[in-house]
Amino acid sequence: MDERYLRNLPALSEKECAILREKHVAVIGCGGLGGFIIELLARVGVGHIKCVDGDVFEKSNLNRQLLSNMSVLGSIKAQAAVERVAVVNPDVKAAAVCEFLTEKNAAAIIEGYDAVFDALDNIDARRTLAKACAEVEVPYIYGAVGGWVAQAAVSMPGDGLVEMLYPEGTEVKNKSVLSFTPAFCAAMQASLGVKLLAGRKVETGKIYYFDLLNQEFETIAMI
Amino acid sequence: MIEVRLFATLREGRGKVMMLPAESFKNAGEIIAYLDIPPEEVSILLINGFHNKPESEVKDGDIVALFPPVGGG
Repeated sequence: MDERYLRNLPALSEKECAILREKHVAVIGCGGLGGFIIELLARVGVGHIKCVDGDVFEKSNLNRQLLSNMSVLGSIKAQAAVERVAVVNPDVKAAAVCEFLTEKNAAAIIEGYDAVFDALDNIDARRTLAKACAEVEVPYIYGAVGGWVAQAAVSMPGDGLVEMLYPEGTEVKNKSVLSFTPAFCAAMQASLGVKLLAGRKVETGKIYYFDLLNQEFETIAMI
Repeated sequence: MIEVRLFATLREGRGKVMMLPAESFKNAGEIIAYLDIPPEEVSILLINGFHNKPESEVKDGDIVALFPPVGGG
């Protein structure tokens, strides 16, 4: 057992750590949620991480995006993610896809992966990703944040969870995101994803809702 | 009475929990309209803990919970 993973034990078994090292995941978005998700997956030892984002860092990212700092403003987010993984855990193979997710490229980006992590920042892209996950049968680890609120879930291919959450015409009014909200949501997504990847039982179709302003937590059975 | 629980930003200017007379409402959509919540600002609508639609009927003793959409990252 590599010394770097000793504190994974016994919360994860040696066998589970070995399983995680063989897994391939795609993180769609390398901003608020994505920066934390990639960090957590790399540290726990998920072996292969594809980092997908067509955006560059700007100053307004600095309040919450882990991969952003004053010296990388203007740099490509997906590339910064890969560089971060390389310095945190060179045992993990990370690849950058410096493109935004579209109807055209979504299925090709995620096909064959063991899980996809939603680190997107808008509803349209989430619908596109959910459709692609259904098409190429990849589990979707959902997460979304707004202000003080975070929600996460595991959606299995074709279960319709994302479409239920965002019916046509849905409008998100709250555009703010505080530093701790994506960190919290990413921790939920990473823990759900690690359980799924390690082969443990995971509840699917349930929204885990967190209001960090009022310390209220709800589990909502959607399906 | 119907107990209505609002979450996150839906509480602003409305409060957290309210009791409404059951005889005044046929379905959840009428409650949403009464509370002056635009339909596109409701993402999750629960009746007694189960996901429902605005046209779902409501009755005395029901608990209706409304959550706004969360979509950032």
